[in-house]
Amino acid sequence: MAKRTVIPFGPQHPVLPEPIHLDLVIEDETVVEAIPSIGFIHRGLEKLVEKNEWPEMVYVIERVCGICSFGHGWGYCKSVEGNLGVTVPLRAEYLRTIWHELGRIHSHLLWLGLLADAFGFESLFMHSWRLREKVLDMFEETTGGRVIFSVCKVGGVRKDVSDEKLAEISAELNGMIPELKELTDVFIEDMSVKNRLTGVGVLSKEEVTELCAVGPVARASGVASDVRLDGHGAYAELGFEPCVEQDGDSMARCKVRIKELFQSIELIEKAAKSIPEGDIDVKVKGNPSGEFVGRMEQPRGEAYYYSKGNGSKFLERIRVRTPTNANIPALVKMLQGCDLADVPVLVLTIDPCISCTER
Amino acid sequence: MAERKDLIQDIQPVEASELLGAVADAKTAGYRLGQACATKVDGGIEVLYSLEKDEVLKNLKVSLGDNDPELQSISGIYWAAFIYENEMHDLFGITFKNLALDFGGHFFKIASETPWNPVNKRSGAADSAADGGGEVASSVAGEGDGGDGDGREKIVNLEKNDKETPAKADEKGGEE
Repeated sequence: MAKRTVIPFGPQHPVLPEPIHLDLVIEDETVVEAIPSIGFIHRGLEKLVEKNEWPEMVYVIERVCGICSFGHGWGYCKSVEGNLGVTVPLRAEYLRTIWHELGRIHSHLLWLGLLADAFGFESLFMHSWRLREKVLDMFEETTGGRVIFSVCKVGGVRKDVSDEKLAEISAELNGMIPELKELTDVFIEDMSVKNRLTGVGVLSKEEVTELCAVGPVARASGVASDVRLDGHGAYAELGFEPCVEQDGDSMARCKVRIKELFQSIELIEKAAKSIPEGDIDVKVKGNPSGEFVGRMEQPRGEAYYYSKGNGSKFLERIRVRTPTNANIPALVKMLQGCDLADVPVLVLTIDPCISCTER
Repeated sequence: MAERKDLIQDIQPVEASELLGAVADAKTAGYRLGQACATKVDGGIEVLYSLEKDEVLKNLKVSLGDNDPELQSISGIYWAAFIYENEMHDLFGITFKNLALDFGGHFFKIASETPWNPVNKRSGAADSAADGGGEVASSVAGEGDGGDGDGREKIVNLEKNDKETPAKADEKGGEE
C-alpha cells in the first residue's frame, strides 16, 4: 500500500472564494478520504432574531448570502407567512418568482465563471461575468439594489414593477440568448473543458439519494427533485418541470445549470406575459405564535426556513439550512478516489457558498 | 390554483428513545433527510428533524431537558446528519451518541462554548472523550500541541482502522 499523506486544502486557496478546509488523505496522487472542516466565518445571524423584530429580520436573512439574497428573503417571508396564515396576493407571487429566477440566472453565470477560472479558462470566466452584469443591471432597475434588494416583506413585496418594464426585461433576456448559447456551447463542446469535467466526480442516483444531496448536484444524477414543484410562488401556473441529467459527473452538473439558465429566461418571459393585476401586499396583523417549516429552491439547491414564534414581536427561532450544508456529504463522497488535481474543480461543482453554510 | 404542498405542516412529537426507530421507518418509507436543528425553549431544547418525500415534509420533534442534553445520533441511518448534529453540539451543547463523524466540538470555530445555550456550558473535547473519540479530540483541544501535524497523523491512523470513528483533528496544525 502506498504511503498515506494528509494535504490541507484551504481555507485559503486560489479556487475558493470563501473559506472551507479539507484534510485530503492521499495515496500517491489519489484522494482516498476527505475530511471537511468549516466554521471560519460563522456569524451567528440566526441568533439576531432575539434582537430584531420579525418584520425587520428579513433584512438580516437576506444578508445570509450575497448571491441568493432575494431567495433567502423570500424563504424567510414564506415561513413567517405560513406561521401567521397569511395569503400573499398573486401579483406579489409573480414578482417574487421573476426576481428569484433572475437571481438564479445571475448565480449560475457567476458559477460558470468561477468554474472556468478553476480550470484556467480565463476568457470564459470574463465572458460569463460580463453577461451576469446585465442581470445585475435588471435588478438595479427594478429594486434599486444590485446585491441586497430589500423588496421582499412578510405579506408581499415592497415595490411594484410595471408591465412595460417586465416586458422590457423579458425582451432583454431573450436578446441575451444568442450570447448565452455561444458561451455555454464552449462549456459543453470545448475539448479542454470536456477533459476536465466529463467522467470526473461521478455520483450515482443511489449515492445522491443516500447522501441527501440537493439541487443541481442531485438533478445531475437523475433525481428530479426541485422545491419549485411544491406549488409555491407562480411556478405551478407557469408550468415548471425540473432540469435533469443522468451522468452524475461534473459535466452533468454543469449541463443542469446551463439548462436552468435558459429555463429561467423562459419562466420570466411567461411570468411577464401572464402576471395578473392587483395588490402587491396584504396587511399583516398579529405576531407569529406557531411554527412553520418552509423550503425554497435556491440556485444552489433546496434551502429550509424554520420559524417558531411565541406571540411576541421577537421570534423564538429562525433556522436557515442552506444547500451547501446539504451538499457537503456529497462532496466528501465525490472526492474519494479522485485525482488530487481534480479537487478544486470538484469542490466548485457543488457551487459551495460557505457564508450561507455557516450563517 | 395548484395544491400548495408547502403548506402541509406535519410536526410529530417523538420520545428520545423512539427517535431512531421513527427515523429508520421514515427512511424505509423513502423519506430523505432535509435538515435537523435545535431550538432553545424555556426549560429545555427542542430538536427538529425534517424529512421529505415527494415535496411533502414530515417533521419529528424531540424535547430534551436543559441539563446535559443527550440524544442518539441518526448519522448511522442518514450519514449526512453528521453536519447538523455537530452544529447542534457546538452551538447548543447537545451530546450525540454514536456520531458517525465527530468533530469533537470543533466544527465551528467559536469563541465561547455552547453560545446558543449558555445554561449548558460544557467542554466539547470532554464529550468526545466520553464517546470514544477522545484520542483525536484531546489532541485538538490541547492548546499549542498541534503544530507538528500530529492530529493529521491520527486521522490517517483512524482511517486505516475503519472501526474507529474518524474525527476531525488539528485546527492549529499548520502546513506540513
